[in-house]
Amino acid sequence: MADAPVVATGGSVAADAAAPFFAVRDLNAWYGESHVLHGVTFDIHPGEVVTLLGRNGAGKTTTLKSIMGVVPRREGSIVFEGRETGKLASNRIAHLGIAWCPEERGIFSSLNVEENLLLPPVVRPGGMTVEEIFELFPNLKERLASQGTKLSGGEQQMLAIGRILRTGARLLLLDEPTEGLAPVIVQQIGRTIHALKKKGYTVLLVEQNFRFAATVADRHYVVDHGKVVDMIPNAELDRNMAKLHEYLGV
Amino acid sequence: MQIFGIATQALFGQLLIGLINGAFYALLSLGLAVIFGLLNIINFTHGAQYMLGAFCAYFLLQGAGIGYWWSLLVAPIAVGILGIVIEKTMLKRLYALDHLYGLLLTFGLALVLQGVFTNYYGSSGLPYRIPDELSGGFNLGFMFLPKYRAWVIVASLIVCLATWFVIERTKLGSYLRAATENPALVQAFGINVPRMVTLTYGFGVGLAAFAGVMAAPIYQVNPQMGANLIIVVFAVVVIGGMGSIMGAIVTGFGLGVIEGLTKVFYPEASNTVIFVIMVIVLMLKPAGLFGKER
Repeated sequence: MADAPVVATGGSVAADAAAPFFAVRDLNAWYGESHVLHGVTFDIHPGEVVTLLGRNGAGKTTTLKSIMGVVPRREGSIVFEGRETGKLASNRIAHLGIAWCPEERGIFSSLNVEENLLLPPVVRPGGMTVEEIFELFPNLKERLASQGTKLSGGEQQMLAIGRILRTGARLLLLDEPTEGLAPVIVQQIGRTIHALKKKGYTVLLVEQNFRFAATVADRHYVVDHGKVVDMIPNAELDRNMAKLHEYLGV
Repeated sequence: MQIFGIATQALFGQLLIGLINGAFYALLSLGLAVIFGLLNIINFTHGAQYMLGAFCAYFLLQGAGIGYWWSLLVAPIAVGILGIVIEKTMLKRLYALDHLYGLLLTFGLALVLQGVFTNYYGSSGLPYRIPDELSGGFNLGFMFLPKYRAWVIVASLIVCLATWFVIERTKLGSYLRAATENPALVQAFGINVPRMVTLTYGFGVGLAAFAGVMAAPIYQVNPQMGANLIIVVFAVVVIGGMGSIMGAIVTGFGLGVIEGLTKVFYPEASNTVIFVIMVIVLMLKPAGLFGKER
């Protein structure tokens, strides 16, 4: 079987007709006996910000975890820059340039802020410097010696995003980064996502809050019962409001 | 000269014995703490691996004429590699299960190892000479300090503090601490956590073997030498707090000294004092003096 051609990062839009930057096909995932994903399929183009919208328990977080290789069992195809990653261990996937910011943030209590920030190894050249991360999140700079979990919820979220920007990963998986945060922090995270997009990062965002999602995303995939059931470009969000309300049950 | 009606000679003598015992408690409980932290396995084979370290030094000397100093390096590596084989072939299969399975497996392995060695070498100790460089001692005026015993205390302290430094103050240590909290996330950052787990077990086992080599000239080489010690060491670990590095070191030395002093002031309690302290600590602070509630 011939390998799919490798698409250069940051390549032209024309290239994605041949092979998408990131493609998930018929992804299934299980936790023990429970079958959670039933054939998730979607694509992301380089430099896009794409969201997964859906109700609680629809399978959004499991989709991110399956991409990252941290679910107990997964099947189907996940192709990143022409490489099939569906069978790789999570540490190998990270080294290809995919980084994950989990829903529970995963700040380590036995590490201080600086150690948390520097923990993920650099996997590719071109990541942000620590100074650039401090420009995005000035709060972190003052708290470097604090225990990671002594930070406020908002600061922990900034740390959780900040630490994956150093690694050179080009595809960022952000799981509900605004959950439970004050509006002013949500705005800061919104600005951060815009800044990341400007720097050429590709972002896959899981969100419950579609009003926030609408301010940052190019396209939205709607996930329901472990499947992608619809795709709505952000520009057409207004026209599809009724449908979206139905999907999300809001 | 007397203090509290006790001859200073006896007092300092027991204090020294306490520090020596404490040096071994600290080394062994440190290895147990490192292993428990990352693997979530209570390594009951630890005492047998300490015994293997001593036997390894004995074999190296008898079979190949390799002396104490090289044994101090070779035995921990050899026994550590054996530990790695145990982890890769057996322990690895148990991580998803309850702690109890790891405890049962390692306890069984300890019985097998001790049984095999008792079968071939009996239960009387085999002598191992103190290296020439460390024979004799210093007369400190108030007591006689054998050089080898001073060396054991210093070497144990250096190895314990170096281990603490690596785990608490270096990049490698931050991976280890982070993986102790959330191995799946650390692996998703690109770190090969399964390999780190294997090497950590090898390192913890190596520490036990290192202690075994140091113990060979003091306690003789005996298949049961670890079985007797490990029960006390588990009490030390419980008192210090499972998984705490500094806790293991401080409680190891501290309890050795307390045990030594008990021999002077109330000898009848010297065999039980550590267990009495364990009961009190468990009642007042179940996670141990330095442990964090999980």
